[in-house]
Amino acid sequence: MRNTILLVLGTIIAFAVPFMFPAYQNQFAMLWLMILFALTWDLMGGQMGYNSFGNVVFFGVGMYITAVIQRDLYFDIEEYAHVAGRIDALTPDQYLTGIFLGMGVSGIVTVLVAIILGAGILGLRGHYFAICTLGLTIAAGEIASGIDYIGAGSGIVTPVFPTELMAKGMFFYFVFMVLAVGTFLTNKWMLAGRFGLAVNAIRDDEDKAEAMGIRTKRYKTMAWATSAFFLSMAGGAAGNLFGFIDPINVAFAGATFGVWMVLMAILGGKGTIWGPVIGAAIFHITQELFWTYLFGWQRVALGAMIVGIVVFFPQGIMGFLRQHWPHLFGHKVDEQTTVEQGATKESEA
Amino acid sequence: MSMLQVSGASKRFGGVIANEKISLEVPEGKIIGLIGPNGSGKTTLFNSIVGYHPLDDGSIRFEGQEISHLRVPEIARLGMLRTFQQTRIYGKMTCVQNMQISKPNRNEGLMSMFDRFPKEDLARIDHLLEFVGLYSKRNLLAGDLSFGQQKLPEFAMALMNEPKLLLLDEPTAGINPTLINGLIDRLKRANEEMGITLLVIEHNMRVIMNLAEHIYCLAHGEMLAEGKPEEIQNDQRVIDAYLGAH
Repeated sequence: MRNTILLVLGTIIAFAVPFMFPAYQNQFAMLWLMILFALTWDLMGGQMGYNSFGNVVFFGVGMYITAVIQRDLYFDIEEYAHVAGRIDALTPDQYLTGIFLGMGVSGIVTVLVAIILGAGILGLRGHYFAICTLGLTIAAGEIASGIDYIGAGSGIVTPVFPTELMAKGMFFYFVFMVLAVGTFLTNKWMLAGRFGLAVNAIRDDEDKAEAMGIRTKRYKTMAWATSAFFLSMAGGAAGNLFGFIDPINVAFAGATFGVWMVLMAILGGKGTIWGPVIGAAIFHITQELFWTYLFGWQRVALGAMIVGIVVFFPQGIMGFLRQHWPHLFGHKVDEQTTVEQGATKESEA
Repeated sequence: MSMLQVSGASKRFGGVIANEKISLEVPEGKIIGLIGPNGSGKTTLFNSIVGYHPLDDGSIRFEGQEISHLRVPEIARLGMLRTFQQTRIYGKMTCVQNMQISKPNRNEGLMSMFDRFPKEDLARIDHLLEFVGLYSKRNLLAGDLSFGQQKLPEFAMALMNEPKLLLLDEPTAGINPTLINGLIDRLKRANEEMGITLLVIEHNMRVIMNLAEHIYCLAHGEMLAEGKPEEIQNDQRVIDAYLGAH
């Protein structure tokens, strides 16, 4: 009952926010994106213990694929260079077709990319996996900077949003909301069953999991591909929200998005369902406050905050709660020592 | 025919000969012991059997099927499971969760990745945890149990997996004498009541002499002696090996 009330309340707030704060629509759209970042990272890094600094690659790939599809669907490249700056370049129909088709295609393509990459690097463990994925991000940025077809180092300008449709911020607020909620529900559904315990087992002791006959490779690939799927669709939308794709600073932004997604998940409590959501909200809001009130020092403040998170909250907020009040999470000793006694107690209750 | 048949198994690590032409047999339904001084190659042999590293020479057959080329999870799914010398459990999961994920993975399709856990599982888990004496602590994180106690969920997880043959690497190491007695009793019951064949590495002579029907003794990577517990106990070569006469 209480959950239903909270759910209804949450839904109402989520839908009301862009109407109540029209000036902050972009900010709230970004908040949903941050939540999605933290959730997709947590599936790999938190639940499965595979600390990936390469998840942002899927974000960038999705961004590029969507932008290219939007462009090539209605223009050839030569022509696009001239029309890109024009407000009325695309009709609303063309725009919607392009962006959603692009996001769908990038979702499918990045799942395949994840499966192929995963076949190679998901065999690495611990630090080796982290370093390898870090290299992957850097390599992706450099490679994208070298391909003329996608604008090389100068990037791509995404099509101008047709404002006769609705306010741009409003549109992207709902796009990111749907994506983030979809990610949350998918995570929740997947983790509630065998998959959840299998990836947790891989996190706790992968050798043991293998020795017990668990098909670890299958679970690892599934987690990686799921992350990739949502990240790439988010990337497709994000490219349009930003309006401009730069290979190193926007698409394959390992130093910002790539690190933030890790921090947000850690801050909230990695390996928990709600931790990444809480962490993303706190991180994003604090970060925006730094920009507003500590302008000029915002990077320093952000850096200090990152150090603070890692030093004082290595377990995150949810992890902190679980450590100090384990009985709230059901970790307690029973008085009953046999199944029979336990059954009697339950029937009395 | 024996359930497990190792013949002429050899394994070298660089110049170190860990196993040299080892042959042993584990008949179905028995409890077989494997002893030997530290560094005699017992764990290496275990690792070869369950597929951690390939053999240099020789063959390993499980229920008549050659398995020396298979990898660890594949062998585990055939029904041959091992426990570790250094206890390994999933520390940040509760004992019940440890058990839930340990159910057999033999005929698992792609979609069974998302299976839920049926009620029958829970009943079986409760009984197995009661069997090893952990029922009251079933909702604790397995990693919060004491080191000695962690052997119990590991054993229960192995039983949950319904193996045909269970390889135990020093099941009583680091456990107090009272708990050891309970564990011997449970190992015997697992063998008798659940029909699980056991191959046990053990340093504690009292334990292995009580438990095993047939014992193999390794020394310096070679098979030194084999026989009934009494024969092994009185074998001069075995005594010498343990006292360091070599």
